[in-house]
Amino acid sequence: MGYLDGFKVTFKQIFEPRVTNEYPDEKRPKPARFHGRHVLNRYEDGMEKCIGCELCAGVCPARCIYVRGADNPPDAPVSPGERYGFVYEINYLRCIHCDLCVEACPTEAITESKLFEFSFTNRQDAIYTRDELLVDDDGMPQKLPWEDWREGDEVNTSAWVRATAPSGDAGFEGKVAWSGELGRGVRPPEQGQTADSPADRPSKKVARKRRSHG
Amino acid sequence: MGDPLYVDGVDFAVVLIVLLKVIVVFVFLLVAVMLMVWFERKVISDMQNRIGPNRAGPWGILQTLADGTKLFFKEDLLPDNADRVVFRLAPYLSILPAFASFAIVPIGGTISIAGHQTFLQLADPPIGVLFLLAMSSIAVYGVMLAGWSSGSKYPLLGSVRASAQMVSYEAAMALAVAAAVLSAGSLSTHDIVAAQDSLFRWNIFSLGVVPFVVFLIAATAEANRPPFDLVEAEQELVGGFHTEYSSIRFALFFLAEFMNTVTISAMVVTLFLGGPNGPAIGFLPTLWPIVWFFLKLVVFLFVYVWLRATLPRFRYDQLMDLGWKKLIPISLFWLLLVAALRIGRIEGWNVILVLAGGVAVGALGWWALGAALALGQMDDADLSDESLREVEA
Repeated sequence: MGYLDGFKVTFKQIFEPRVTNEYPDEKRPKPARFHGRHVLNRYEDGMEKCIGCELCAGVCPARCIYVRGADNPPDAPVSPGERYGFVYEINYLRCIHCDLCVEACPTEAITESKLFEFSFTNRQDAIYTRDELLVDDDGMPQKLPWEDWREGDEVNTSAWVRATAPSGDAGFEGKVAWSGELGRGVRPPEQGQTADSPADRPSKKVARKRRSHG
Repeated sequence: MGDPLYVDGVDFAVVLIVLLKVIVVFVFLLVAVMLMVWFERKVISDMQNRIGPNRAGPWGILQTLADGTKLFFKEDLLPDNADRVVFRLAPYLSILPAFASFAIVPIGGTISIAGHQTFLQLADPPIGVLFLLAMSSIAVYGVMLAGWSSGSKYPLLGSVRASAQMVSYEAAMALAVAAAVLSAGSLSTHDIVAAQDSLFRWNIFSLGVVPFVVFLIAATAEANRPPFDLVEAEQELVGGFHTEYSSIRFALFFLAEFMNTVTISAMVVTLFLGGPNGPAIGFLPTLWPIVWFFLKLVVFLFVYVWLRATLPRFRYDQLMDLGWKKLIPISLFWLLLVAALRIGRIEGWNVILVLAGGVAVGALGWWALGAALALGQMDDADLSDESLREVEA
């Protein structure tokens, strides 16, 4: 019955379990380093981390970031350094969420949340300005009306998500560390990471996991 | 005989009853198509370990309605190169036969409305089966003109394929139907159903399975169902004949296609599975034929979806080979055999002898066909070599 074998195969599939994930109702958990909508971080005293250096804009392959730096007003400084991000805009119609801006940022001012479910009805809303990207006084991302924030999207948005943190260490490879600096959203060490010298004692578990991914 | 509705002459009540039946059939077909699209998508997703539409209404049953509404409000494009009149006409040429051919399908037995006895079928013309064949041929015009008038090459290729395919399979289909007509002695669908009054007199058994299988295959090809959907082969022809169509005109083609599937299933049930015949269990004697009809119909709709889920699309030469070199000879042979057996029964000949003679003639024909095909396969190089040698000699 060679001709009919195929019919048996397709018929049997009716009783097999489904692989479909019913997306809006049930969601699969996001990876720890999920690249979502950006946030602009602040220090604990409320100062902005962004120093307006435009490295993020320079590295962006999609050319979606627009930054203009300006000198800090001496009487009311916005950031601890000399300059601050006077204009900061990200166009989410162009952003490809490659995270290169996060890698490039010297002060870990820009990081990414795990939010990806945001939609807008006009092009103006697609361009996020500094006011929208900045974290609020509790260090949490602002939840804009057209964004669909889910449980866990806004936590762990600090710079530890960067593959190459601590920043500036070009020799770093494959070890998870976190920045541990002043700032909001920094979370305690996990999975065997240690706070004092993460690069010296990487977690074996994490290291193995990473190798299997690579 | 015909429908008892017209026996006492045609008065106003009769016209009303006919109108009522028209509306019922019309609505039934539209609802059936809606459910068929949903059913097909559900079953095929089951066979592919998916869930399928499940958002609109319970189990996604209103998905077709949502899709239709969406299509209705989409922009209706008319290509610059299109033949404007024919382009507009083609979808209706495609959908009218689809509606019309369901008119002769008997859905149930005889019922009585307001003192008038009538069959549960829209019309029972004495040429019923011929009407079916005519309608399925006219349906080609919709597809062919749609492709031709689009003024674009892919639709044109699709329509060329459509006309060739439908002409090829029409013959095999007609021969298979002829066997059923032969056993009933009538072209009327009501009589064909009436002739299959018990399980073993169903044409699928009494005629042997061959005409049934041939009809199933040929009708699938006739309706452009997979695996015979070369007409709109996405990978080769983008969308085939309806590439240039959008909005409600596309929806009409879509509707016609699925309506054809429903109609063909209904015709298979009518011609080979006894239509609405089946045991009536106690209460509601008029209801049971309808129930049996729909049960058989759903089985065949499932079979069509199953075919689509299982079989890959035919190549064009395979399609032509199957139609001309296999289906037509087989159904022709079978028709002659059935005819010989019937004459033998009337004349009182020995059944074994008739069978043996029939098979012998069939084998002879098969051998002759094979030899002819082998000769046809001889490529031009051989011929030219021989002719060259003849010229040299």
